[in-house]
Amino acid sequence: MLSWANFGSQLFNGLALGALLALIASGLTIIYGTLGVLNLAHGAMFMLGGYTGYAAYQATGSFLAGLAAGTLAVGVLGIVLERVIIRHFYKRPHEDQLLLTFGLAIVFVEVVRWYFSSESKTVQTPQLLSGITNLGFMFYPTYRLATVGICAVALLALFFVLYRTRLGMIVRAGIEDAEMVDSLGINVDRVFMTVFGIGAMAAGFAGFTNAPIVSLAPDVGEQILVQTFVVVVIGGVGSFPGAVLGGLIAGEIISLTSMVNPGYAYVMLFAAMTLVLMLRPHGLLGTKGRE
Amino acid sequence: MKRRFVVEAVLAACLIAAPFLLPHLGAAPNTVNRILVWGLFGIGFDILFGYTGLLSFGQSALYGTGGFVAAYLLTRAGFPHVITALVIGMVAAAVVGYLVGLVALRRTGIYFAMITIAIAEVFFFVEFNPLSEWTGGENGLPGVPQPRIDLGFWNHHFTSGWSLYPFLAFCFFLGIVIALRIVRSPVGAVFTAIRENPLRAAAVGHNIHAYKLTAFVIAAAYAGIAGGLLGMMQGFMPPDAFMFETSGQLIMQTAIGGRGTLIGPLVGAAVWLFLQDFLQATLHLGATWKLVLGLVFVLLVCFLRQGIVGGIRDLYGLVVRKHAAPAEQEQAATPAGTGATQPTPSSAHHHADAAYQGPILQATGLTKHYGGVHANTDINFTVQQGELRGIIGPNGAGKSTFFKMLTCEVPPTSGKIVFEGRDITGMGVTDVCQLGLTKSYQVNQLFNRLTVRENVTIATLAALRGKFRLDLLAGLAGVPGLAAQVEQTLALVNLAARRDTPVSQLAYGEKRRLEVGLALASSPTLLLLDEPLAGMSPQERGETVSLLKSIARGRTMIVIDHDMDALFELAERVTVLQEGSVLAEGTPEEIKGNAKVQEAYLGGVHGVIDP
Repeated sequence: MLSWANFGSQLFNGLALGALLALIASGLTIIYGTLGVLNLAHGAMFMLGGYTGYAAYQATGSFLAGLAAGTLAVGVLGIVLERVIIRHFYKRPHEDQLLLTFGLAIVFVEVVRWYFSSESKTVQTPQLLSGITNLGFMFYPTYRLATVGICAVALLALFFVLYRTRLGMIVRAGIEDAEMVDSLGINVDRVFMTVFGIGAMAAGFAGFTNAPIVSLAPDVGEQILVQTFVVVVIGGVGSFPGAVLGGLIAGEIISLTSMVNPGYAYVMLFAAMTLVLMLRPHGLLGTKGRE
Repeated sequence: MKRRFVVEAVLAACLIAAPFLLPHLGAAPNTVNRILVWGLFGIGFDILFGYTGLLSFGQSALYGTGGFVAAYLLTRAGFPHVITALVIGMVAAAVVGYLVGLVALRRTGIYFAMITIAIAEVFFFVEFNPLSEWTGGENGLPGVPQPRIDLGFWNHHFTSGWSLYPFLAFCFFLGIVIALRIVRSPVGAVFTAIRENPLRAAAVGHNIHAYKLTAFVIAAAYAGIAGGLLGMMQGFMPPDAFMFETSGQLIMQTAIGGRGTLIGPLVGAAVWLFLQDFLQATLHLGATWKLVLGLVFVLLVCFLRQGIVGGIRDLYGLVVRKHAAPAEQEQAATPAGTGATQPTPSSAHHHADAAYQGPILQATGLTKHYGGVHANTDINFTVQQGELRGIIGPNGAGKSTFFKMLTCEVPPTSGKIVFEGRDITGMGVTDVCQLGLTKSYQVNQLFNRLTVRENVTIATLAALRGKFRLDLLAGLAGVPGLAAQVEQTLALVNLAARRDTPVSQLAYGEKRRLEVGLALASSPTLLLLDEPLAGMSPQERGETVSLLKSIARGRTMIVIDHDMDALFELAERVTVLQEGSVLAEGTPEEIKGNAKVQEAYLGGVHGVIDP
């Protein structure tokens, strides 16, 4: 049972899941770090990315068009949400923000259930990436391998935005000290909107990337959201490197535990989170700045 | 006193009337029973969320735990006594809640929400896999029996529908009665303080972590008994009790009904379940009912924050206030406390050692560095008992950091603080307050949605009850000396006429006085005041200075302020801080004539500061 090939492939599964979680968690964490809002609808946005991408893929037959549609549609939705509803909640207590985004998540899930029905949808793997690749020491599904690359590219793009642009500088400064950035005369309004859009795009992108691996269902975002929370708690809220590190750790824990006994995957994940909370309450790479 | 039981009486009447009235409205008995179970589940959650301000997304874990423990005992273990099994389930949930709380309450705010979600998910998976032999996995536990009561002369077997209703109604009623006692107890007052301002609740001397854990365990116990009742009501313990959706539905029902009302979750559940029936059965919306409820929920969160019960309460309050308004204005028009009789300040209660005669406070080598920023460097500072010390210094001199270290809000990088002969370095702000050292804040830290009296009561409770006590069922009236000390403090800070006004409606100067009042209410031996005069008009300053003088009788005080005239008038000795170090120390006269001080303030222009 515990063969090296099996171990190797689980290691890769963990990497693929980890990269995906890292991407979703980055979106969640930069939104929270900058705006101070924990978006409980982030999982639903992940799901929406999958469905809108699926619809576009069906219509055009192009996987790339699906990826673009899933990413952009959710990005636009994020911007609209921020402008219309969420910005009225910045001054409200955290609890109200949580209730609001929780309610929005339910609305999104139910809209999709109403429109696409509860039946799960299968997204075909694109021709180019279908089949199995021989890695020398084992065979591994090509698309899963590709997701590692796709997520890595997306994370690099996010890294570039955060660390090499003016916007990114403001975002990182805002995570450190939002009040200070505000008083420096920077138009935070515009920044907030953009950040929410980018964070949502990350979720949408991940949602469609993940769709060919697991079939789409309206509640696919719920479990991912829970895993994302663990990632953020482990990595540290507001920290992009923390999200990446936490994502990889969580991905490997889930995969490797599943190899031994799938029933304990969450238990181990939770144990890791508890351990981090005991030893480093602010997460592995988190700072005390945001609470 | 008579009005105290109004809520209970009205509720009892409603519960008794329900089975006679509701059938005419077309309510199915099973729906009514479900509402009661959700309502009971929600009472505990409301204490946690509505009163203490902790929004947990993981209540399903405790609901499921209580339910499955009771159901397991009654089915597979063959335990015969239903009510005892329900109680055991409740205790099990409370114990689990205690353990979960230890982990989840390590963090607050959104972290708490995320951790509770994660924990609940773990419980769900554990129920399905590792424990499926005990819990029946995805099949749940069928065959849960209903209770039978045998009093000899009268016996009754509660089965289902209206036959089971009295049992559930009684459980709910008992739950509400206990919950009402809890929220009216000193512990309940501290819960609301934690919701409004956890930082200040800790600073006035309450062990907020212990109180939060208490609220969490109470919520767990309610969840546990409700879970047990669910299995009993259905004759089957469903595994979906553990699902995240359970927690979600509870949260939404509580928000719809009204948080912080105890009865809100029941109202929310009624709305939820009737709307679900109506949308599905009458409008034939099928699965879309949840979309409609989701939209209703979002609109409610946006526009009716306090939910249905809260909305009704606010409306009622508006009507009553309109009638009462003239009387209140009249009362406010007579400035209270301007009379000649100044109340004597309550004497300080705390004494580490009555025989101790040395300096009350002694800080040696106190240093605080934030990375490269040297806020305080090597400060030596001694204050004698009964002294009134002033601290001045230009902006950025490190005065507030110095105060934060003295009250142990922030630990010093190095150095030692001795209070009444006891080394307090490294202690927490709560413990230090309990020893008799506290401060008022530069920026008001009040319990904003509570009244002036409630604010002072919270601080006084810490002084009278210590940092943690589980007098859950005691009334506030039962705390000896509370009312007297609260009134005394109110009179002292000249807010007696405003005692029932919510803090949010106070004028700035009044808030500032209440800020001092909160510090004063814990009857400290050493009181630190961080810019008590900041932002006040000249007239308010004059009043506050005389207030401070009267407070100073019988206690030691250290005051930071920028108003040098006021400070020189008040203080017996003055310490000048500059760039994080002590520049000079002496009587006001000495400081006025000190060349170094003049240089610091006037940039080298030598002359006498003319007050």
